[in-house]
Amino acid sequence: MKNLIALFLLLLSFGGAASEGIELQKANVDLSSNDSLQRGAKHFVTYCLGCHSIKHIRYLRIALDINVDPKKILKDIAPEGANIYDQLHSAMNAHDAEKWFGIQPPDLSLIARSRGADWLYSYLKSYYIDPKSPRGVNNLIFEDTAMPNPLWQLQGDQHAEPKKNIWGKEYTKLVLEKPGTLSEGEFDIFVNDLVNFLVYAGEPVQLERQRIGKYAIFFILMFIVVAYLLKKEYWKDID
Amino acid sequence: MKRSRITEVNDWFLERFPLTKLWNEHMAHYYAPKNFNFWYFFGSLALLVLVNQILTGIFLTMNYKPDAKLAFDSVEYIMRDVNWGWLIRYMHSTGSSAFFIVVYLHMFRGLLYGSFKHPRELIWIFGMLLFVALMAEAFMGYLLPWGQMSYWGAQVIISLFSAIPVIGDDLSLWLRGDYVVSDATLNRFFAFHVIAVPLALVMLVFLHIVALHEVGSNNPDGIEIKKLKDPWGHPVDGIPFHPYYTVKDLVGVGVFMLFFATVIFYMPEMGGYFLEHANFIPADPMKTPEHIAPVWYFTPFYAILRAIPDKFAGVIGMGGAIVVLFLLPWLDRSPVKSIRYRGGIYKKALCLFVISFLALGYLGTQPATPTATIFARLFTTIYFGFFLLMPIYTRWEKTKPVPKRLTKVHSLEEQLHTLEEQLPTLIEEITVLKPAATEIGHSAFKGSSFTRQPNPEGIKNVISRLVKKVKGSLD
Amino acid sequence: MNNKGVDQSKRQFLTTALTVVGAVGTGYLAVPFLAQMQPSAKAMAAGAPVEVDISKMEPGQLIRVAWRGKPVWILNRTAQVLETLKTLDNELRDPLSQESIQPESSKNPVRSIKPEIFVAVGLCTHLGCSPTFRPEIAPNDLGDKWKGGFFCPCHGSWFDLAGRVYRGVPAPTNLEIPPYRYITDTQLIVGESAEEASA
Repeated sequence: MKNLIALFLLLLSFGGAASEGIELQKANVDLSSNDSLQRGAKHFVTYCLGCHSIKHIRYLRIALDINVDPKKILKDIAPEGANIYDQLHSAMNAHDAEKWFGIQPPDLSLIARSRGADWLYSYLKSYYIDPKSPRGVNNLIFEDTAMPNPLWQLQGDQHAEPKKNIWGKEYTKLVLEKPGTLSEGEFDIFVNDLVNFLVYAGEPVQLERQRIGKYAIFFILMFIVVAYLLKKEYWKDID
Repeated sequence: MKRSRITEVNDWFLERFPLTKLWNEHMAHYYAPKNFNFWYFFGSLALLVLVNQILTGIFLTMNYKPDAKLAFDSVEYIMRDVNWGWLIRYMHSTGSSAFFIVVYLHMFRGLLYGSFKHPRELIWIFGMLLFVALMAEAFMGYLLPWGQMSYWGAQVIISLFSAIPVIGDDLSLWLRGDYVVSDATLNRFFAFHVIAVPLALVMLVFLHIVALHEVGSNNPDGIEIKKLKDPWGHPVDGIPFHPYYTVKDLVGVGVFMLFFATVIFYMPEMGGYFLEHANFIPADPMKTPEHIAPVWYFTPFYAILRAIPDKFAGVIGMGGAIVVLFLLPWLDRSPVKSIRYRGGIYKKALCLFVISFLALGYLGTQPATPTATIFARLFTTIYFGFFLLMPIYTRWEKTKPVPKRLTKVHSLEEQLHTLEEQLPTLIEEITVLKPAATEIGHSAFKGSSFTRQPNPEGIKNVISRLVKKVKGSLD
Repeated sequence: MNNKGVDQSKRQFLTTALTVVGAVGTGYLAVPFLAQMQPSAKAMAAGAPVEVDISKMEPGQLIRVAWRGKPVWILNRTAQVLETLKTLDNELRDPLSQESIQPESSKNPVRSIKPEIFVAVGLCTHLGCSPTFRPEIAPNDLGDKWKGGFFCPCHGSWFDLAGRVYRGVPAPTNLEIPPYRYITDTQLIVGESAEEASA
């Protein structure tokens, strides 16, 4: 028996070791904040839609979900000439994209579901100047990423510094070298809004799902209570 | 007396169709042992999940496109543009995992109480065929969303067939209908998933139940209730399935739905186990994801496959892990059915088997590091040891005498009640009362305020009692 | 088993209660399944109102646009046609469009907002074939009584150039007029009525 317990502890320990890597920074996802989602949508259209589409969501759906008037979303958020029923298609064509980046920028409809909010948040914050890289920049989270830093003007330039933590383990710290147009705090909020929007876009129904869930579960509990009383009543017969 | 119109129609129908007879035979006059416990909920729940899968499946098919170019997008279309499509899709995806949870527990019940033993061998065989059909159904269904995991999972599993000597390569080519997993594969998997295998499943469920109702249900005591009948020819320890077990199963259905709904509405991905993260990326034949693992319900068998360092032997090992289950009725030579009257060896063996099955399941989700492989080999050995050594240890071990009548065991409610009664004494034992060390407060309260603090001695006693009890129950 | 002292009314009550809860639950559960067969957001986007430019239409010309996948006709009627329409009432089943489908703004004898511009869904109200446009008067195949109109080739229904159905043909009602409105004098939007736009 003792051996078995030891065995299990061992199993757990190498399970933990397998997920070793750079620690991600936590994104503060709050889908109930329409303000954050509206800012995120605006940021997405301004900074990402040039290359990345979100082909599985329509402006109308966004308008309804984040509580913006459809006319306002066309005027303030959507690019010129977009129809309210349009999906968030990128204007870039696939051929140019292949030529410029070597790959076609992926559609971001589900990026938050495949990568996770924390990864996206950390990724967008982890660009640094790297003279050895062909683009002159690199990313700590996703090494040799094909994507140039779309937010560099806002964030400014970072460079990587090797450091050691108190246990002597080496890690890389990114240090802001030249500030951008936003302060560090403002930039964090900016990226967080963007990630928040991507999480929303990954599954627009999330909030509604959780809302309906409450009623469903309440109803099922009611069913259980009545069913249990009935069972108890019938099983009085059985001794 | 004038008969009403409804009675007339009713009679017209009943003269031509044996509805009453069927109802009586399988529900109202089907006598089931009266001591079914927790483990006996999972048969009816499996049926419920099957109905859920068929219903939601039909509605998903209305919007899904079995085409490599369209499949992935059509799933997202269901999730976003189709009214309530997300709910129906989550019911289906959660349902597939729930199906395996329910079926694994149902099978474990068989192992506990010897439900596969004479005269129920055929029920077990039908059940195992159901299990195999279910795995085929799940595997082919998993390709349909056409994500990265779908694609590479199918690629890996179909490649297993190429390990078979001589015909292997041709066989896997024939299965795929192309040189790689492609549109052709998707289309045929769709055909199998939505019609061929479900038909087989429904027919096997029918056979499973017909065979069960012929010999009657086993029970936690492993006693044949038909041996002892009352003057009217009903088993003395049996009760009509309807209404007693219909109302009881309804409670089970309710509790199951509670869990099911919680997953659907609050954690449909189940941390990447029910819906894997990499499956939210469209299939890309040029790029394998960094870490691929099958869905959780296949991982025990996948771990066995990886544990064996030879391709063909690995496939044999994986297949053997399932084949050996079919042979169970003939491997077990014990004269008693239920674990309650078996000797300690079977109890310990079953315990080890469950541990190794769970551990293999865990290992199958993890990358195959050298240490992990060593453990996987160890657990694979235990897995097979449980079955292959069974003819020896079950014949050899000493069993306890089996009573003539069903024994009374305290129900869950009664156990909870006892626990509730014992709770104050238990708290008394594991804690010590100490005067509160607070400085603040009116002096009048001083001395009257105490705090409870854990008592190491008491906790040790309780744990050692618990361990003794567990140990005793294993002998 | 002991059936003595069973409170049958309690059993009956609980059985009924559980049946009701179960039936209500099943009812609620049926809603998503039935609703999912309704048009999806994609179908609704595809069925969105369409804008039509009519500035280049000649008198007597008919153009077809697709709205919700259905053919919608826009016909520029001449003064002569409008005169003819006034004379047909006795031959028509529903000359005042009492039992036909049209927005309020088109519920008049010529069935349009502006008399000359006629907009209609080009599907026969009988079984949904698309009638052919036959503006000529008394052609050989249709005979002397034909004053110009729409003829359905499937089952031979007759409609005049206001989409009104003749007596004695299979079609039960006049052609459907879709909701539409003018954005400018020469631009209309099909699929959205004036009332909807102002709301």
